[in-house]
Amino acid sequence: MQKIGVFVCWCGSNIAGTVDVEAVSEAMKSVPGVVYSANYQYMCSAAGQKLIADAIHEHHLDGIVVASCSPRMHENTFRKTAEAAGLNPYMVEIANIREQCSWIHKDKEEGTAKAIVLARTAVAKLLHNKPLQAGTSAVTKRALVIGGGIAGIQTALDVADAGYEVDIVEQRPTIGGRMAQLDKTFPTLDCSACILTPKMVEASQNEKINIISYAKVEKVDGFVGNFKATIRKKARFVDETKCTGCSLCMSKCPSKKGKDEFNMEMNNRPAIYIPFAQAIPNVAVIDPEQCLKLKTGKCGLCEKVCTAGAINYKQQDELIEREYGAIVVATGFKPIDPSPLNEYGYADNADVITSLELERLMNAAGPTKGTLLRPSDLQHPHEIVFIQCVGSRCDENTKRGKPYCSKICCMYTAKHAMLIRDKYPDTKVHVFYIDVRTPGKNFDEFYRRAVEQYGVDYIKGMVGKVAKEGDKLMVRGSDLINNQQVEIAADLVVLATAIEPDPTARSIGTMLTASMDTNDFFTEAHAKLRPVESPTAGIFLSGVAQGPKDVPETVAQASAAAAKVIGLLAKDHLVTNPCVAYSNELLCNGCSQCEKVCPYGAITYIEKEVRGPGVREVRRIAQVNPAVCQGCGACTVTCPSGAMDLKGFANKQIMAEVDAICL
Amino acid sequence: MSVSNPNWKPKIVAFCCNWCSYAGADLAGSGRMAYPADVKIIRVPCSCRVNPLFILRAFERGADGVIMCGCHPGDCHYTSGNYFARRRMTMLFSMLDYLGIERGRTRVEWVSAAEGAKFSKTMNEFVKTIYDLGENRKLGDLRCKK
Repeated sequence: MQKIGVFVCWCGSNIAGTVDVEAVSEAMKSVPGVVYSANYQYMCSAAGQKLIADAIHEHHLDGIVVASCSPRMHENTFRKTAEAAGLNPYMVEIANIREQCSWIHKDKEEGTAKAIVLARTAVAKLLHNKPLQAGTSAVTKRALVIGGGIAGIQTALDVADAGYEVDIVEQRPTIGGRMAQLDKTFPTLDCSACILTPKMVEASQNEKINIISYAKVEKVDGFVGNFKATIRKKARFVDETKCTGCSLCMSKCPSKKGKDEFNMEMNNRPAIYIPFAQAIPNVAVIDPEQCLKLKTGKCGLCEKVCTAGAINYKQQDELIEREYGAIVVATGFKPIDPSPLNEYGYADNADVITSLELERLMNAAGPTKGTLLRPSDLQHPHEIVFIQCVGSRCDENTKRGKPYCSKICCMYTAKHAMLIRDKYPDTKVHVFYIDVRTPGKNFDEFYRRAVEQYGVDYIKGMVGKVAKEGDKLMVRGSDLINNQQVEIAADLVVLATAIEPDPTARSIGTMLTASMDTNDFFTEAHAKLRPVESPTAGIFLSGVAQGPKDVPETVAQASAAAAKVIGLLAKDHLVTNPCVAYSNELLCNGCSQCEKVCPYGAITYIEKEVRGPGVREVRRIAQVNPAVCQGCGACTVTCPSGAMDLKGFANKQIMAEVDAICL
Repeated sequence: MSVSNPNWKPKIVAFCCNWCSYAGADLAGSGRMAYPADVKIIRVPCSCRVNPLFILRAFERGADGVIMCGCHPGDCHYTSGNYFARRRMTMLFSMLDYLGIERGRTRVEWVSAAEGAKFSKTMNEFVKTIYDLGENRKLGDLRCKK
């Protein structure tokens, strides 16, 4: 008979408030197998852990149950405690009596009764636990960063600084991301390109960093420390090693009707192009949908004018296979398309634009060379209306937008308003807002400057309709403070659109088996304590891929993710999860069912002499590679003969739990 | 079905995958989103670890309802586990229906790690369904009854 100790945690009043911890620990004493039971205010504290260690020594315990918070919180803590006291760390079970009991029940009697069942269930499982030994696996000392915006660049620079190789995979022809499209940055108003491009150059010149642009990660196999990625580098039709970035081809290209993605499609670009002057790599790319030579076979002008001989119409996609120890997701965001919100008339009126479009209109490298002109007639607008929360903070049930606050819009609108008032004092600026949210260093001061110093007219209320009347846009909305309806005849309407994760995020998340929330933002391992790690080991989160953020927050998170990556790559070996599948040779008949459902290819078959009661023959049997198995258990249920079982979550253990609950 | 025992409280087993639904249940807890204490959770690595035998065992031992929660289809931590689970449960539940265990007593729900509110709502609904159906009298092994 095993000797089990039960330790009931009060968690201050978190558990003890709704669960009679004394009664639980008393009730445990009569459960078969339990030889010791105690309760303490904070089991996870040094004193609490000492209590456990002392009890293990004193009562020669074979296993312990800690009735406390979720195992996702402190399972590791108590495993370490047990290990330090000489117990196998897998002889520890947690009864979750906080998140799944005391916090959701108010009635003390009910909570206590449930806590007793949960603790009893954990004991029942523990009686079938077996000591497990964790193995080790090597770590590939290279990181993969998906996304080359400011988040990816910062993470890559920090990881490279520590001496590890980093590959940045960027889907666009250049790194730089959204920040490259911004004109100025709040709250200091320094020019975005001036602070970003030196970082881009630094990344390109760092010998540890390898930038793979115009590429996408197509497949990822493996696990923490040992990922294997297949990267498709799309054909640019330009030899990256030869192109000098002289841009002569751009001026000679006859097919100039391409939409300039960098300028939010507000002007045209040639079929062969460099996205912007400071692009890295500063190499041209041919749009195959637009190039006359690639579409019709006639033209070839760029090849003729290129003195470097860099044009190669026959270039093919290239597949790169590399191994990585860690993967960082820095896939960033895009503004939503406000067309479906037809009260704002974005789809019908050229002069209703998004904030990112305004950003390009105000930029010296933008379609108007930095002069603020409205798109319809290239006239200077004298009355501008900004509308906040377009597609943000919407009721989820209406499906008209995102439920979350996009976080950056209040500040960039204050920035836009201030810059316009500064440059064109004759222009009136109105801002319709629901709330102004400025919780950041020097943010509120910045917003107040827009109001007090620059006289921007902030109107608390929502806009009901934007309609074209003559060459004006009539903006009708409510002014909640003066309790009246207002109508403004505007020349230009700017929508502060919500931001959403990049459209590639969902497929990348699926590929990495990294969990995401309902809005396609990547979920962190712990919302407060592990904010830059994905619950999937070896996957780290950087920037807006995890949730809306401004530039300083993105950079901070990018560096934090880098610190976590460095911590991982600095290890020579990782301890592997011992909760893996194994086959019972006597029961296995080599039918291959388990191999078909294994997502990791961890199962192989060998011819082996099987010896057992009345059996002695060479048979084909399944064998699990414990370094590859991730312990999902798909094979255990598929196995028709019941030969497969999972360590740590064995059939007997789960059956015992079912029995204990239904007792 | 009338409830003969006025003190009857349903026994409900919830299988939750470690990565999504168990975390979702934790989130329901930290958000103090209440659901009845009749629900007891068993943590499994993945919904595909739930052997139909576990569910049969639960009913045999007197459970009144069994619910299985996993990651949303397409979001499985192990890529494909919940697809297997979905197929297995579809088969099992129709068989249980044939054996007289009403459809309402078995349920599959996809709950992500971010859906604490959905977890709580699902459990509230499920428990209500079980109360409406009353005590389960099918499949129970009389030797297990006290």
